[in-house]
Amino acid sequence: MTNPGKKFAILALFMLSIAIIAGLLASISYLSPEFLKEKIGFSVLRPVHVSAVYFWISLSATAGVYSALWNNNMSSFTSKMSYFHFVLIAISALGILISYFFKNFGGREYWEYNPYWAIPVLISWVLFLINYLHSALKIKNWPVYYWMWFTGILFFIFIFIENYLWLIPSIRESFIKDLTIQWKVNGSIVGAYNQLIYATAFYLMDKITDNKAHQVGHKKIVFAMYFLGLANLMFNWSHHIYTLPSDMYVKYIGYLVSMTEWVLFLRTIFLWKKTIDEFKINAHYFPYRFLIASEFWVFINLFQALLMSIPAINAYTHGTHVTVAHAMGTTIGINTMILLAALYMFFDGKNDQDSHSHRRYLKNNFWFLQISLLFFFLSLDISGVLKGLWQMDKHALPFSDMMANLHPWFILMFISGCGLFISLGIYCYYLLSVLLKRITNYSI
Amino acid sequence: MQVKPIYIFVLLSVLFLTYSSVLYLSDEKEIIIQRATKKDFSAEGKLIFQKYNCQACHQIYSLGGYLGPDLTNVYSKYNNEDVIKAFMKGGFKQMPSFKLTSYEESALIQFFKKMDKTGTADIRNFEFQADGMIKPKQEKR
Ligand code: HEC
Repeated sequence: MTNPGKKFAILALFMLSIAIIAGLLASISYLSPEFLKEKIGFSVLRPVHVSAVYFWISLSATAGVYSALWNNNMSSFTSKMSYFHFVLIAISALGILISYFFKNFGGREYWEYNPYWAIPVLISWVLFLINYLHSALKIKNWPVYYWMWFTGILFFIFIFIENYLWLIPSIRESFIKDLTIQWKVNGSIVGAYNQLIYATAFYLMDKITDNKAHQVGHKKIVFAMYFLGLANLMFNWSHHIYTLPSDMYVKYIGYLVSMTEWVLFLRTIFLWKKTIDEFKINAHYFPYRFLIASEFWVFINLFQALLMSIPAINAYTHGTHVTVAHAMGTTIGINTMILLAALYMFFDGKNDQDSHSHRRYLKNNFWFLQISLLFFFLSLDISGVLKGLWQMDKHALPFSDMMANLHPWFILMFISGCGLFISLGIYCYYLLSVLLKRITNYSI
Repeated sequence: MQVKPIYIFVLLSVLFLTYSSVLYLSDEKEIIIQRATKKDFSAEGKLIFQKYNCQACHQIYSLGGYLGPDLTNVYSKYNNEDVIKAFMKGGFKQMPSFKLTSYEESALIQFFKKMDKTGTADIRNFEFQADGMIKPKQEKR
């Protein structure tokens, strides 16, 4: 029996390649406003990029869940039904991307397309939930990652439905309520993905370590962290709406709940060395490195996110490229690193242990990726902070002058973006060739 | 004593569902005003904003893309519907030219007009509190 995660992984990597191509083309608009302007333009490239990224993240996370189940006695029902799940989501993914070129938009932030595509996407996620539970319920006393996968899938479904409440006129016509719900959805859907992805990271760590005492699956403290994460998924999203004229109590809930994440942050500092040593002993070359990289990016991004959740600081960063830096830093630095670790572990694990000398370019590429991301992140952060300061000024510059002044930082963004394009492209190409050519039917 | 994860999970979920329902069901003042005046088609304007994917480049209350300016208060910025209509035709900088019908133009204008009334997205109109929270200054609206 083949690992049912494999087909999801292949499609996910295709989506990643589309995402980086569209991202690169879209960023050219910043330097050369006329680029492809009337025919395709930024308003097409942006949703192509965003949707392809969402599909890369969700499909590779799905591949991770199926692969983990497959390693732990998946039911034959789950395995068979995974085909239906796959066909539905594959049709939706391709359909959505094509529809943008016909200028058929959803026109909302962030992940949007004509609402009729939401139906197959939703059904595919309900199938995913059923498939998951059919195998997972056979296991008594779930380790924490089983809870997290369950939470991720269930909340994705809830939030996904919430994202279409605007189809009801009374919601849509209440402008502020609708904006509130949009931010709620955008804030918490990331939480749902994070549950799926961090669970896979925990699962991999438990697989990497041989030492039973170090396994996290049933640790009380890890469960406590899971619930803290869940509470944040549910209630912290209103740190996005401090400037929106909505009820103050909603803003305070977001503010207060966000601040509980300092606990998570301090924990990453204290456990930093321990985690690294643990990984080192049992190193699988790439999974180890990608997981370490993700820990580094958690540190950077969580710190920035905590600051941004304080309203007085948020006033400067909100609506600037600092928000973009945060989004890129987390989706590439954290999510993509963990997901690449997972794909390496599940589909290239055996090869990874023998000689990797012939893959020196892949090792160097690791650093190329991290450094490109660092400069990308910095260029966005700096342009965001500058704009934040300028727009707070009594004599704020006109928008077009701000954009003109930011030009040097946009050039840096573009160059480092090219670096990301090449380095992610190389991993994408390598993993795709492994998945398409080699037999990947072993368990970890 | 061991608390089963399922209990905490259910407790949090109930809180979350309650909170979400309160948000969905809360009433907004503007909509009542809007329903009373049949001539208001700002809600259609919003759908037209979505149809052309304007938010790929423009923000409303900082939600949206980054290539163009925030449009929350564009109505009072120019206070001149013809100027705004001229902008909406596009064709300059990264903004593609849109062939909007005159109905679409007026609906968009109404959308901007009503959005402008809801509040301010200009951060200079906010004051900082000791607890770190921000609030719109009183004299503005
Ligand atoms: C591809 C990006 C893009 C899209 C899509 C786009 N715009 Fe623009 N828009 C811009 C840019 C860039 C400017 C000019 C900013 C400047 O002054 O430098 C602008 C300016 C404007 C302005 C003038 C704002 C001001 O404060 O001066 C209005 C109004 C406007 N756009 C409305 C719209 C509407 C309505 C749509 C959808 C039908 C739309 N735009 C779609 C990029 C875009």
